[in-house]
Amino acid sequence: MSAFESLELRGVGRRFGGVDALAGLDLTIRAGEFVALLGPSGCGKSTALNCLAGLLPLTHGEILLDGRRIDTLPPERRGFGMVFQSYALFPHLSVEKNVAFGLQMQGVPRAETDRRVRAAIELVKLGEHARKLPGQLSGGQQQRVAIARAVVLEPSLVLMDEPLSNLDAKLRLDMRTEIRRLHQSLGLTTIYVTHDQEEALSLADRLVVMREGRVQQVGTPDELYESPTSWYVADFMGYRNILPATVVSASGGEAVVELPGTGGADGVRLTGRAVGALRAGDSVRVAVRPEDFVVAGPGAAADGGAGAIGGAVAVVEYHGREHAVSVQAGDVMLHARSATPPVVGGAVRLTAPVERVLVFPESLDAPVPQEVAA
Amino acid sequence: MTSRTGGAQRSTASLRHRLAERGIDPTLLLLVPGLVVAVALFVYPFSYGIGLTVQPTAAMQEQWGGGVFANYVAFFRDPFVFDSIGITMRLALPAALFNVLASIPVAMVLRHRFRGKRLLTSLLVLPITLGTVLTAQGLLIFAGRQGWLNRALLQAGLIDEPLQLVNNYLGVMFSLVITGFPFAFLLISSYLSGIDPSLEQAARTLGAGWWQRFRRIVLPLLAPGLATTFVLTFVLAFSVFPSARLVGDAMGSTRVMSLMAFRAFGEQNDYAMASTIALMMGAVELLVVVAVLGLRSLLYRGTTGGKG
Repeated sequence: MSAFESLELRGVGRRFGGVDALAGLDLTIRAGEFVALLGPSGCGKSTALNCLAGLLPLTHGEILLDGRRIDTLPPERRGFGMVFQSYALFPHLSVEKNVAFGLQMQGVPRAETDRRVRAAIELVKLGEHARKLPGQLSGGQQQRVAIARAVVLEPSLVLMDEPLSNLDAKLRLDMRTEIRRLHQSLGLTTIYVTHDQEEALSLADRLVVMREGRVQQVGTPDELYESPTSWYVADFMGYRNILPATVVSASGGEAVVELPGTGGADGVRLTGRAVGALRAGDSVRVAVRPEDFVVAGPGAAADGGAGAIGGAVAVVEYHGREHAVSVQAGDVMLHARSATPPVVGGAVRLTAPVERVLVFPESLDAPVPQEVAA
Repeated sequence: MTSRTGGAQRSTASLRHRLAERGIDPTLLLLVPGLVVAVALFVYPFSYGIGLTVQPTAAMQEQWGGGVFANYVAFFRDPFVFDSIGITMRLALPAALFNVLASIPVAMVLRHRFRGKRLLTSLLVLPITLGTVLTAQGLLIFAGRQGWLNRALLQAGLIDEPLQLVNNYLGVMFSLVITGFPFAFLLISSYLSGIDPSLEQAARTLGAGWWQRFRRIVLPLLAPGLATTFVLTFVLAFSVFPSARLVGDAMGSTRVMSLMAFRAFGEQNDYAMASTIALMMGAVELLVVVAVLGLRSLLYRGTTGGKG
């Protein structure tokens, strides 16, 4: 399959019995790019991938490859490689024959097939297992066969549907590196579906965060990590503390908010960076990363930061270089990190720099100014 | 190595574990009622039947010789009896083969979701609830010389003479298909649902068309199931009795083994010969079953990746 310049999705949508599993997906993918679709289960990311592969017909929109419509082609004529979550290896065929299957379907001559199969198997380092059946391999090895089977055809586009979700944590890290290495050495355009933000951030050139069948934000990993445009995206990007609040005052890109239920009559006041236009009285969500909270003793003064939330240490978990600390502040549980373990039950104050406290409008459906439109 | 010689080290494990170590599992006692029933209702009658076969009547011994094995000599020497093997095979093998082969495309199509699928499946499976006698009755009324089918065709001017569809080989074949197809269809459907649908999707993304997907992926994974289904429908068809008599040609082209056994038992009161024929019937079935399962063992029989 020849390479392409751009793959364009225009208003792609898929309805299931009156429910939009995917709606209005606009996305242009350049050759060689690694794009991750990120979102929780049911957000439409797998639907989008299946639509691209042709396994699900579109109900709206079109898919163009260099301006040529391909959404009307059956999957077997699109020439895209796909790696399935369940691997979908043919259980009755050996590793070699699994990898050779696609080449045989294309009628590639025997000698060339053998050569390419051997190269693909070497690429995923499975040389000594070539004659085994998939059932005799470990999960990680099976996944590598699935990848070899997809890339041996040198497809113009590789689609990966949560390929690492069935592997254990250590293997997942190894395979992540492997996939990145393969992408860098082969330069194959890849679309990768995952619900794991770490996986998406580490692998992708560009991320598409999805929610309820719609795109929530598109951007490079650091754009999304540093400047999420909604609390939903922030939630995915490791802002583990997402608290409902009310705006007291807003000016100059900063907002003072009140956190109900955090002690006191009206709750604690915090100052944060406003994302989008906010007015006093608006319902908002405040997002703070655990690593941005500073755990201080109860006597420490609030020194010009965002403000301080007082609470009692509820749980301390050892994480090697640091400790994950859960602090009960009134009705809410806050998550923070600390180099030294605080005493469980002891009183602490959590503070954070103003620019690390993000204040988002509560509603996710309202159009958010796309600062980082792709 | 356990120190048996010392004797000082008594095992502290529970009685249950000590028994288990010697291969005794007390829960196996739960099998006793089942074993009693099996012995009383199967093993004893079966052995008794075998015993009968070597107690031929005086007439048989006189006619065929062979002493206590006179019945077996008669079975192999009497063409009227022996030919029934071939007659039964000519019915059971094609019927089983047809049921299996016809079920494959139907089961494949009925895997997909579509409107009216439940109705169609019910219609296909419904004949299972009909007894063979009811099926035979229906066939006689529908396809007999004076049946609806022949009258309709005659009046439409498509034929000049009524078609001979019952009281012959065809009638029994129809009956075997009507009763055997639902079995084959249900079995093959469940084998198919055990094949992970993502395998076919993967084959599609690798460029395989529908025939290649069927030939290279579905068929090899389905083959062991097809063999099992064939064996079951074959056994079902081989023991055909009511329809061979009711819609067949009982003394001619559908003179099947079970009819011969019944003749010896009911008409000639020769229980010993009837048992002999029944036993040989079992032996022939066993040969076919062993042959098919032998071929099956050469196929891939591991996981098919699906929920099955």
